[in-house]
Amino acid sequence: MDWRQLWEICSAPDNVPIVGLIPLLIFYIYLAWKQAHANDMLIEQLEGDAALAKTHHRKTWPFKPGWQKEIHVWPFLLRIEFLAAIIVTIILMVWSITLNAPLEEPANPNLTMNPAKAPWYFLGLQEMLVYFDPWIAGVVMPTLIIIGLMVIPYIDTNPLGSGYYTWKQRKFSLSAFLFGFIILWVSMIMIGTFIRGPGWQWFWPGQTWDHNRLIYEVNRDLPDIFGITSNLGKGIFGAIVVGGYYLLGGFVVYSLFRRYKLKDFTRMSLLQFSITQFLLLTMVALPLKMGIRLLWHIKYVWITPWFNI
Amino acid sequence: MADEIKSSNSNVSSGTTPASGTNGRNGKNGKVGLVEIVKDDIESLKTVIPAKAKEQIEDLKDPTKTQVYTSIFRHKHDDTPRNRALGVLSNVFLHLHPAKINRDAVRYSYTWGMGGITFYLFIILTYTGVLLMFYYHPSKVQAFRDVLYLEHDVPFGKILRNMHRWAAHLMVIAVWLHMFRVFLTGSYKKPREFNWNIGVLLLVFTLLLSFTGYLLPDDQLGFWAVTVGTNMARATPLLGHEGPFGPQLGMTPYNDVRFGLLGGSIVDANALLRSYIWHCIGIPIVASVLMIVHFWRVRKDGGISGPAPVMLQEEADKPRRGPKAAGE
Ligand code: HEM
Repeated sequence: MDWRQLWEICSAPDNVPIVGLIPLLIFYIYLAWKQAHANDMLIEQLEGDAALAKTHHRKTWPFKPGWQKEIHVWPFLLRIEFLAAIIVTIILMVWSITLNAPLEEPANPNLTMNPAKAPWYFLGLQEMLVYFDPWIAGVVMPTLIIIGLMVIPYIDTNPLGSGYYTWKQRKFSLSAFLFGFIILWVSMIMIGTFIRGPGWQWFWPGQTWDHNRLIYEVNRDLPDIFGITSNLGKGIFGAIVVGGYYLLGGFVVYSLFRRYKLKDFTRMSLLQFSITQFLLLTMVALPLKMGIRLLWHIKYVWITPWFNI
Repeated sequence: MADEIKSSNSNVSSGTTPASGTNGRNGKNGKVGLVEIVKDDIESLKTVIPAKAKEQIEDLKDPTKTQVYTSIFRHKHDDTPRNRALGVLSNVFLHLHPAKINRDAVRYSYTWGMGGITFYLFIILTYTGVLLMFYYHPSKVQAFRDVLYLEHDVPFGKILRNMHRWAAHLMVIAVWLHMFRVFLTGSYKKPREFNWNIGVLLLVFTLLLSFTGYLLPDDQLGFWAVTVGTNMARATPLLGHEGPFGPQLGMTPYNDVRFGLLGGSIVDANALLRSYIWHCIGIPIVASVLMIVHFWRVRKDGGISGPAPVMLQEEADKPRRGPKAAGE
């Protein structure tokens, strides 16, 4: 166990935000879960009691008939904003006094930094470079993330759970988002920060960064395993595999929706549903591709003269 | 002109000031008249000025009645509901808020305050950023030295740079948490779909702001991070010289998107200047405009989404308002 190495990584001033992100996320997930749980209990109670549902004010926060429903922004909101501004300022002051922003040697194109890491918020994409070619990891994925986020309101047709925390009413959309945000985005950043060392190799926390370590890894391509050698054959094979994944996967998504989410399926138009299918399958494809690489050393699935996937 | 001078002369000689006595008016000798007028004026100083001074001091006891004050603040401040509302509505900065809001919407546990904190961090970044600009030249010769100078010689330069850096990191975290909470509360649902989209753009611009700033110290860290980042642009499909179908479309290192981003085929002086301009001018302006739209839409979409009364399963496909909701 090399504590010094671990400390060096965790205390690098630029890594502090990432170290801070973990407890923040845990705290806010807890805070959201607590409220979601309370709301779910209330929903359950009201769904079992139609008379109460008519009269109940339908919030978990106390409310008495005489109370005003609305309060003045001044002072009730502004004092909170003022307080928040002061607290943020204090945190920032203390942080700036205790930790210095990093400044390395002057830029030198002839002296490569090893590892050369992107800013921490892009480390997830850099981590994807291990498994995908740059045009996918660096261009297609960010584009799909942005487009995917933007279409969320238009493909989520579930009218429930608007304006309050809940788990029961939105199990599916919450799971999908948590999978994308926590597992794919945040945890890849954690790996990129704490685990990747020189040569972008895997070093467990506490393992010394060995700049001379070489890993002999023989990667194969999927067509090779099936004994396909001609370029045309590889191209066609890959197209069938990738196309087959989306077709078959699309069918699986369809049958799952029909069985377990019939209401949502009924509400969705064909366009809404196919976009949902495509985005879900693309998201799931990431861990799949990582899996076949880690388990069977498979680098490419689809090889063409112009691009490889 | 000449007429005016004449008439003002005649005014003096005829002594129309109320305080002047009859002597001045009747005196035929101009000189005597003048002395008396002056005497009289001096005499009057003793009473008129103290009276005015007293009045002034009286006024100071209640500054809210002065013309200067009432010209700035357009309403009174005693604690009435009307004044509380006016305090918000008559202020250009505060009028982004409604006068009144849902009593539960101020609970921290619902919004986590993250949108507001993001905005506050943006303000801090603008402020510290402008101060940093006074000491920074975006050129290969100067940039790194300027940062050293800031660190070691400029009074408070180090804390200034630190604050700018850490506020930038915090802003990225705050935006993520804000988006996370908006998702978890389902606040992107009707009628807030469009504002969610403005938000996604703001997320992208926040990350780009941070990224373009990374290169500016012109040190190894920024240089290699930006090199790694922009190398991916080589691989852009169709538009990059190493991307799928790029070469077929005639892309070379000297005409593809990466060249456009860097202003050259390597990260060098032009790239530094371009990031500087994007970082200090281009993106902040676009982001500010989007923030204005974002805040405007929060209000136009009916204010904060919640905490809303919970809906029950059987109400899912029923309209909430209108005749149908009433069962007609
Ligand atoms: C520079 C970045 C941003 C700033 C300064 C900002 C600011 C704000 C503020 C002050 C609010 C009021 C409520 C609150 O504080 O939670 C708000 C609401 C909202 N924001 Fe943002 N925001 C930003 C980015 C985003 C992003 C990235 C998204 C989503 C992708 C987003 C989506 C929304 C939505 C949908 C609302 C309405 C929420 C509701 O009604 O409950 N915003 N934003």
